[in-house]
Amino acid sequence: MKIVCVCGMGIGTSILLKMNTEKAAAKLGIDADVTAADISSARGSAQGCDLILTSQELATELDGASVPVVVINNFMDVGEIETKLQSTTGR
Amino acid sequence: MEVDLDGALPDKAIALGVTVADWRAAIRVAGERLVASGATTAAYTDEMIGTVETLGPYIVIAPGIALAHSRPSPAVLRTGLSWVHLASPVEFGNAQNDPVRLVIGLAALDHDSHIDVLAAVAAALSDPARLRALDAAETPTAVRDILARASSTTKQDTDRDQGS
Repeated sequence: MKIVCVCGMGIGTSILLKMNTEKAAAKLGIDADVTAADISSARGSAQGCDLILTSQELATELDGASVPVVVINNFMDVGEIETKLQSTTGR
Repeated sequence: MEVDLDGALPDKAIALGVTVADWRAAIRVAGERLVASGATTAAYTDEMIGTVETLGPYIVIAPGIALAHSRPSPAVLRTGLSWVHLASPVEFGNAQNDPVRLVIGLAALDHDSHIDVLAAVAAALSDPARLRALDAAETPTAVRDILARASSTTKQDTDRDQGS
């Protein structure tokens, strides 16, 4: 499964989200290819991915994306990411 | 994983018990610490504030915690962090995670050079016990020690989690 973590710059918060998403996916036994992207290139990066994770503030910028956009409130809470991955992927 | 926290987060980059009026002032202190430690020029502070003005307070990544940053630019001299713990929390305008008590400044030269130090930060902030210890830390050395311990045990935790 390809997951793209989106933040404003693609170097800070999305990297932190990527790290914890990898942990959450491992706990769920999901074979995930997780990448980080900045908001301006996110639509391109999202081509061919299965899922986008981002914050509440940036989710509206991704309206109309062709894949599910999942809002994560606490990027440091692996449990929240795990729960939302689980409900989105049905794992 | 060995991470050079003394290099990335020296004493000059850490300010504890700081009083600020608002979120801009909080980011400004994080920027001043990056300048003091030689990671950035003063222009980067304005760039970090500009990030929030343009894209909103999405940098408040967890309850009480903001990761202030901009993108690699000529204002970044080397990769580094700053660490500003506030005496009284301030509002950033983030509905889920306000108010903010910890502002971490991040300066990145490129897309890769700061990954190890960010991994140490992620490992510490995602562990409630370590986060409490960071909130209580009274010296720069204590902050670095907690981050270093989180970094060195991350791999073991991952192995354990995957085995369970």
